Amino acid sequence: MKDLVKSLALIPILALPPSSASADPLPSGTTFQSTAIRAQQADEGANPGMLWVEAGAKLWGRTEGSAGKSCAACHGPAEQSMKGVAFRYPAVEPTTGHLLNLETRINLCRTKNQKAAPLAYESGELLGLAAFAARQSLGLPIGVRIDGAAAPFYEQGKAFFYRRRGQLNLSCAQCHVDNAGRKLRADTISHGLGNGYPTYRLEWQTVGSLHRRFRACLFGVRAVQYDFGAPDYLDLELYLASRAEGIAIETPAIRP
Amino acid sequence: MDISPARISVPTEAKKGDIIAIKTLFRHPMETGYRVDRYGKPIPRRIVKRFSVTYAGDVVFAMDFTQGVAANPFIAFHAVAVETGEIVFVWEDDQGKIVTERRTLTVAR
Repeated sequence: MKDLVKSLALIPILALPPSSASADPLPSGTTFQSTAIRAQQADEGANPGMLWVEAGAKLWGRTEGSAGKSCAACHGPAEQSMKGVAFRYPAVEPTTGHLLNLETRINLCRTKNQKAAPLAYESGELLGLAAFAARQSLGLPIGVRIDGAAAPFYEQGKAFFYRRRGQLNLSCAQCHVDNAGRKLRADTISHGLGNGYPTYRLEWQTVGSLHRRFRACLFGVRAVQYDFGAPDYLDLELYLASRAEGIAIETPAIRP
Repeated sequence: MDISPARISVPTEAKKGDIIAIKTLFRHPMETGYRVDRYGKPIPRRIVKRFSVTYAGDVVFAMDFTQGVAANPFIAFHAVAVETGEIVFVWEDDQGKIVTERRTLTVAR
């Protein structure tokens, strides 16, 4: 009888979707970094990513486009309006039904509301604005919606994550789930969470987007690299954000 | 991107005789001149040549860079607060571009 009660008690746990099945959030990639890198990341005066955050703050107040508006003209001070925004992204834009991350959301705002040209995906300006917006959610836990309109994007992102690809025939999960925490040469394989993006990577010697990181990973397994802002990457970004549920935003993080 | 290339962390107030920590970040590619582009053409060298700091008119820190320094150099140093005055930070790169930032330190007696 006792055994029956035990096995019955397990059923509801097994029925939960995978993202909420684990009560404890996965460890942030920062926990795998050296003490020197962690100290530099935590120090606003030493973290080179803050150069982009500061540029984003300047751009926030700059009037752009034929509508003659700055970001601040509609949103006011970012310290209030952008606090608690980044951890909800990627999210579905209700009018078009498209999945948008911070970068593509900023560009939609530019073309629709500011009547300005969209910024190039990996440009310093867009990275600065995205980093500045995400920085306002520093320390707040990620929690994206994966139900309703976002459900199909979530499923596609999850399928991407588990699909083998490239000449090395590896899926994201084979490194970032099966071997997370183990060494790949001198690096520790992270759980593949995007909570520190846009991130300053020492290898790049600049701040870069999560999609640049995706492209680097796909290059590593010798697979097809998609364009910045590609729908496949947005789906994957949503799936990674669902895996990162409950983890604090650390933008701009520092990685080797 | 040329927007706010420098970031400086320095206290605004100090007591006379205090040792203050000054931290600076500067966005710069620090291109070594040793690399080639995808067509094999050399990428011209572009590095910060000199970073110097004056406090109340006196040079308190100066540094010559070489191509061995990584992009976006982070430089931190200490100085002694002696009097109220302006701290002037100057970065000069080998293309003659000069960026100047100023901060005021108020020293209480």
